[in-house]
Amino acid sequence: MLNTNMPGTAIDSGEKRQQHSRRKFLTMAGTAGLLTAGLASCQKIGQWFPIPGKDPGDNDVVDLGSGDIGILNYAYTLEQLEAAFYTLVCSNPFNGCTAYERKLFQDIRDHEIAHREFFKNALGSNAIPSLKLDFSSVNFLNRSSVLATAKAFEDLGVSAYNGAGSLIASGDYLLLAGKIVSVEARHAAYIRDLIDYGSFADSTVVDNNGLDTSRKPAEVLPIAKTYIRTKLDASHLPS
Amino acid sequence: MNLENIQANLQQADPEFAERTDTRRKALKDFAGFAGKVAITALPFAIGSFFKKAYAGPPPSSVIDVLNFALTLEYLEAEFYKAGIAKGSALIPSAAAMQAIKTIGTHEAQHVTFLRTAITSSGGTPIDLPKFDLSGGSGSGNGPFKDAFTNYQLFLAVAQTLEDTGVRAYKGQAGNLLGTGAVLTAALNIHSVEARHASHIRQMRQKAGFGDAKPWITTRQTGGIGSIVQANYNGEENTVQAGIEIKGINGQDITVSEASEGFDEPLTKEQVVALVTPFFAK
Repeated sequence: MLNTNMPGTAIDSGEKRQQHSRRKFLTMAGTAGLLTAGLASCQKIGQWFPIPGKDPGDNDVVDLGSGDIGILNYAYTLEQLEAAFYTLVCSNPFNGCTAYERKLFQDIRDHEIAHREFFKNALGSNAIPSLKLDFSSVNFLNRSSVLATAKAFEDLGVSAYNGAGSLIASGDYLLLAGKIVSVEARHAAYIRDLIDYGSFADSTVVDNNGLDTSRKPAEVLPIAKTYIRTKLDASHLPS
Repeated sequence: MNLENIQANLQQADPEFAERTDTRRKALKDFAGFAGKVAITALPFAIGSFFKKAYAGPPPSSVIDVLNFALTLEYLEAEFYKAGIAKGSALIPSAAAMQAIKTIGTHEAQHVTFLRTAITSSGGTPIDLPKFDLSGGSGSGNGPFKDAFTNYQLFLAVAQTLEDTGVRAYKGQAGNLLGTGAVLTAALNIHSVEARHASHIRQMRQKAGFGDAKPWITTRQTGGIGSIVQANYNGEENTVQAGIEIKGINGQDITVSEASEGFDEPLTKEQVVALVTPFFAK
């Protein structure tokens, strides 16, 4: 499913709490059909074990596909990234995370999981596998590190959906993308306000026509790939 | 709102649409490359020239209609914030709150300018600034929001409702802009800015102890505003997307609340018109 590397310091300093949160996570993961046998030997949180025969190997290249399927797999890629990130954020709350913040992070996690699972089901047999992810650059116990990563993901997500809209052929899928992007924008504004209250729509994301940022897949994927170990082939996506 | 319907509409408005589709596609492609090279401030004009190239004349009236519909809502938002800002600290109590309202008000004014320019340069006629009744009293000045510019709690309640409704309105029009390339992208780029605004206004209300709003919409809850704006939130409780039930999807612990929060729902033009009609003085 997902492989993540936690920084050593984060693992050591938060070990006790992580054991609790891991148990909680296992409950959730169990329902997702993960292999519990493998989890018993799991030494680090975030090392989730693959479903045999479904996961990409280290050298496999995952082709996102073409047309609307390709765009949906592209969105599925980004939602896998976000959902996994917030799952780790919630199971390892950063130092100083307030109860209210924790509640809203759980909301965000569940929205992203809902998005991820939606795309998985909508794509059916056309869905790419679960990608191997890498959050080793994030210190999950450090507020600034987590919030900066969250802000980057949310702003990237908003720009990705905005940029993908014109590449979608089906009105139904365009509407679905519209339903999701405004929720990502709500997240983005909230995370930005946690970092610097009032920066919800500052000039780094909104231009002087009052327009948000949009990015094409070719601009988004190189940024997202920082956190994705599985090799992706996006060459058949509409552009 | 499917592709076939839109093409039918386009063909109705523009009988030669089908014959021109290939040319239009090429123009779309050309425009995509062109837009990357021009300064962002020039975009409304670029959209105008794109339209002329694609259609050898003005775009179908349906597209101009969508842009004028958006312009109407932007006028309303811009006028609302202008009136609030004019009240100064008598209405908006803190410097941080004033700064946020100014940021939002500035964006709404920029959207007005952007849409007016885009419509004009596309060969259409932007509607004039309507005469509004910001009390929501259809011109009586005595509507349910008549104290919005003296009562901060009510001011933020109206602001939240306008932003959340704006998000729904743009979403409902996206399908009508399918295949318009840069025009659709511009509309999407406005849409997500409205959602950022909504998120912040909701946080302002939560911090001030007004209601219980989170940055996102839970089922069809108004965030403590109440029945006066209930119609603006009806439909947001949906948990089925493209035929897929999101609650408990694939065994995940996704509740009805979370399933509804994760997807914002659209409103049709007719629904939006019904909701904002009391704000017009006629």
